[in-house]
Amino acid sequence: MSLSATTAPPSPAAPPSPDVDARRRRGRLLNRFDVKYSPYFYIAPFFLIFGAFGLYPMVRTAWMSLHDWDMIGDHTFIGFDNYTRLFSDEYFWNALVNTFGIFALSTIPQLLLALFLANLLNRTFLRAKTFFRMAIFMPNVVSVAAVAIVFGMLFQREFGLFNWLLSFVGVDPVDWDGQRWSSWFAISTMVNWRWTGYNTLILLAGMQAIPKDLYEAAAIDGASQWRQFWQITLPMLKPTFIFVVILSTIGGMQLFTEPLLFANGNILGGSQREFQTLAMYMYEMGISNLNTAGYGAAVAWAIFMIIVVVSLFNFLLVRRSAK
Amino acid sequence: MSVTTRRTRLAAAALAAITAIGGLAACGNDDDKPAAGEKPAKLVVDTFGEMGYDELVKQYEKDTGIKVELRKTAQLAEYRPKLVRYLATGKGAADVTALEEGILNEFKPNARNWSDLAPLVSDHSKDYLPWKWELGKAPDGRLIGLPTDVGSLAVCYRKDLFQAAGLPTERDQVSALWPDWNGFHQAGLKYKQGSGGKALIDSITAVSNGVMFQGNGDLFYDKEDNIIADTSPAVKNAWDTATSMADISAKAQTWSPEWSGGFKQGTFAATFCPSWMLGIVSDNSGPANKGKWDVASVPGGGGNWGGSWLAVPAQSKYPKEAAKLAEYLTNAKSQVEAFKLKGPLPTNLEALKNDAFTSYTNEYFSNAPTGKIFGESVAKIQPTHLGPKHQAVKENALEPALRAFESGQANKAKAWEQFTKDAKTQGAF
Repeated sequence: MSLSATTAPPSPAAPPSPDVDARRRRGRLLNRFDVKYSPYFYIAPFFLIFGAFGLYPMVRTAWMSLHDWDMIGDHTFIGFDNYTRLFSDEYFWNALVNTFGIFALSTIPQLLLALFLANLLNRTFLRAKTFFRMAIFMPNVVSVAAVAIVFGMLFQREFGLFNWLLSFVGVDPVDWDGQRWSSWFAISTMVNWRWTGYNTLILLAGMQAIPKDLYEAAAIDGASQWRQFWQITLPMLKPTFIFVVILSTIGGMQLFTEPLLFANGNILGGSQREFQTLAMYMYEMGISNLNTAGYGAAVAWAIFMIIVVVSLFNFLLVRRSAK
Repeated sequence: MSVTTRRTRLAAAALAAITAIGGLAACGNDDDKPAAGEKPAKLVVDTFGEMGYDELVKQYEKDTGIKVELRKTAQLAEYRPKLVRYLATGKGAADVTALEEGILNEFKPNARNWSDLAPLVSDHSKDYLPWKWELGKAPDGRLIGLPTDVGSLAVCYRKDLFQAAGLPTERDQVSALWPDWNGFHQAGLKYKQGSGGKALIDSITAVSNGVMFQGNGDLFYDKEDNIIADTSPAVKNAWDTATSMADISAKAQTWSPEWSGGFKQGTFAATFCPSWMLGIVSDNSGPANKGKWDVASVPGGGGNWGGSWLAVPAQSKYPKEAAKLAEYLTNAKSQVEAFKLKGPLPTNLEALKNDAFTSYTNEYFSNAPTGKIFGESVAKIQPTHLGPKHQAVKENALEPALRAFESGQANKAKAWEQFTKDAKTQGAF
């Protein structure tokens, strides 16, 4: 074992004394302690905070999900009943379908558009690059609530901008929150507007890491821009793309604020639950209804498991297709 | 061996650290129970909407030397989750907490969260509207809340729009237009004809609220709190009346942007007004429409939509003083003061007879004698028993089904089926 820099050097003027041995022993002990245990203290803050704000709520939620839990009343242990109830709960499946529908409508076009924009921003001939890169990120800086409120107004039935524009081409006003397809479309629009720029920047960063000489060599060989994109950019971008896909999956599965505000704060998401997402259903069961908090906790864990499965699936899919 | 012990020790240390943090977060200063007879330095009062307590609280401070902190929350939708959190965690609740009808019912099955006020205040059982007083009690007999206001019903209507459509504009004549709900529908059709197809009311859920709270019998629950939503005649009556009004409705969901904007734009000419709604109507319509609104009586006699109580959470450190403060805020004099300031309608019998109340007129609503109108309709209110999850059944089962019908997403039979199915899950407790 080597001496650590943190050990105090012996003071040169110190007169030899009988307890010099003891002190040396203590120093060695401190030194060993320092080397072996200090790193744990350095990383401790993260684990303590994670324990308090990440692990503890998860464990507590799992514990709650095994109970018939009334927020302000009694808690009775009922085992896995809440989970079996999920399978026959029509509204849970309805929320699942809605979540996947909105997820597909927002994630797929969003990532394709982000890829296109990133490729555009990556071109060498583009002027004022920094400006465009900043501009494209702007929507993400705006608060979700503001986005949802503004889009909610644009998608209004009576005084909304979109219905007004539609009236010019002779289309009847659409009751945006009255039907599945139209509400999904409206919510996806908000999500796309907000997150496309964010994903663009991440993909752009991935593109910048691809060595330039690959493109130069390809250009000398006569490969077109398009071919370079397919044969160099895309394969080299694979790890970044997987990261972006997983991030979008997590975000999409947790979609909450946009549909909630689109429904004027009603947790049901439309009069026939046309756009109630899983997160909204969890809130309805776990927090709005006082006496089904245990069931809400089960929904929360179900969302967690679904995110894990979908992320894994996407990961495998993206890895295979990009090969 | 050394490896395993070291690991265990480390794990133990980590656990200890986590527990310590958890302990730190958990241990507030709720152990400092006040000594017996000690006067509180400060009492906290939680209210939602506008209950008109600002001046009253100042007077109380002067009289007793106890400071009062008035915490106001604008909307009930923000107020409820906060209150639930206080109760679930056992800390944070105000000493005096306002409870709206729906919340109160929801809390009744777990009455132990609230102090029994009966032994803490003098006997007021004869001082208030009898049914209002009774609703403040939990099934276990505990007196949870002292009555504040009541949501006596009336109809707010736009005089200018009525005139343009060729309908009468004087409030007595307008009231005579709709002695019953059928009359209301006829008036709606006449308005539609005269205005070129415009709608009379904001939505059919507003109608169902109006009908339901007229005391025609038990609504979603019977007296033993069994859910009877699918067979209750009162609910079916409200349903049929509301669905028959779809052709005179603007389909503007209450609190939605279409709704609040509709007041200014005149997309509908009338809405149902419990007295607390007057402030919302005038806020949404803006100063430009001052004097264009008026108040008429509701079809089919009086009704009650909403209203609150003051309660003392069991976690309050000064239940006795808090109960006294609640008693003060709900006495006859205070209720008249609050009404003049912000409009909550008194429930104290003496306050309802008070001249200052009965002679009150509202400037925004063409100087309508709101004191007289609402005071008269208070007398006609029949007590309605509301079950524990009345609010949830109304908001999450009945109203969505009505809206689905109104917007054409479901026919009448299918919407009714949706309602009865949801009522069972929403109403379970």
